[in-house]
Amino acid sequence: MKNIKYLLLGVIFGLALTKGEAVSWFRIQEMFHFESFHMYGIFMTAIPIAALSLLLIKKANLRSMDGETVIIPTKPYHHGIIFGSLIFGFGWALTGACPGPLYAQVGSGYVVILVTFISALFGTWTYAKFQRYFPD
Amino acid sequence: MEFLTKPWAWYVTGPIIGLTVPALLLLGNKKLGVSSTLRQICAATVPANISFLNYDWRKDKWNLFFVAGIFIGGYIGGVLFANPNPVAISPDTARLLHDQGIRDLSGLLPGELFNWKMLLSIKGFLLMVVGGFMVGFGTRYARGCTSGHGIMGLAALQWPSLLATICFFIGGIVISNFVLPIILSL
Repeated sequence: MKNIKYLLLGVIFGLALTKGEAVSWFRIQEMFHFESFHMYGIFMTAIPIAALSLLLIKKANLRSMDGETVIIPTKPYHHGIIFGSLIFGFGWALTGACPGPLYAQVGSGYVVILVTFISALFGTWTYAKFQRYFPD
Repeated sequence: MEFLTKPWAWYVTGPIIGLTVPALLLLGNKKLGVSSTLRQICAATVPANISFLNYDWRKDKWNLFFVAGIFIGGYIGGVLFANPNPVAISPDTARLLHDQGIRDLSGLLPGELFNWKMLLSIKGFLLMVVGGFMVGFGTRYARGCTSGHGIMGLAALQWPSLLATICFFIGGIVISNFVLPIILSL
């Protein structure tokens, strides 16, 4: 039951993504054509707010609800940062979705996106299976 | 009620997404990152003795609850309180898409392209099946997606995440501007 709070947070996150049209295929095309500020506005408010919160957590030495020290993750470089990201970018423009929006699109009643989702699972599985052949 | 049916401005959605990062950390030291749930589901269903999938996926069960929440959020925002009007994208984009044969701007995706019948066409196959494969493959290879690198990583001032986000955009810009027009003309 301790996971219910993450479900509720996910509902808020998913609702914000959906109502903000960040899961809209149309908005994604518009973004990649630089024809509106909308999506950039989302990124340009979300990132600084998240960054400021992290700074605050660090400065005030805030602890998580279980009393643990909050660990701010690091993202080390590997070649997948370039190759994997480019491939994901291709897929993002085709489907209009990143992984989060895939869940939201299916929830929004686009049942056919289940196919896209299963295909994404197969993509992840394929990477896992042949990982040793890709430069990392 | 109107607040729920109308689309939200960027300055409403952006801060909520941003605040999700500290909320997850403070609730239980969890880091925002959706694409890892794809790996989890693979590990839970078809691990097939692949070392990359042989890990304790149950440890991150919270994330499956989080994405189940995203699904429910999508239902609330896209079905219960769906925007009755077509998406208010820029007239330039609307004209461009119109010229490429997309007339219906209602909903989150063009219904003309994303439906079961189209799945059997080359166009639909490329958009849904190949596109989806690239999302799943690319995000795992990059070890993160728009949430993990683009929001969480950038907020934590990780330069590899900046590089990743730039590459997401390069990939997207190339496909959207140069390849999608060809696919849509098939």
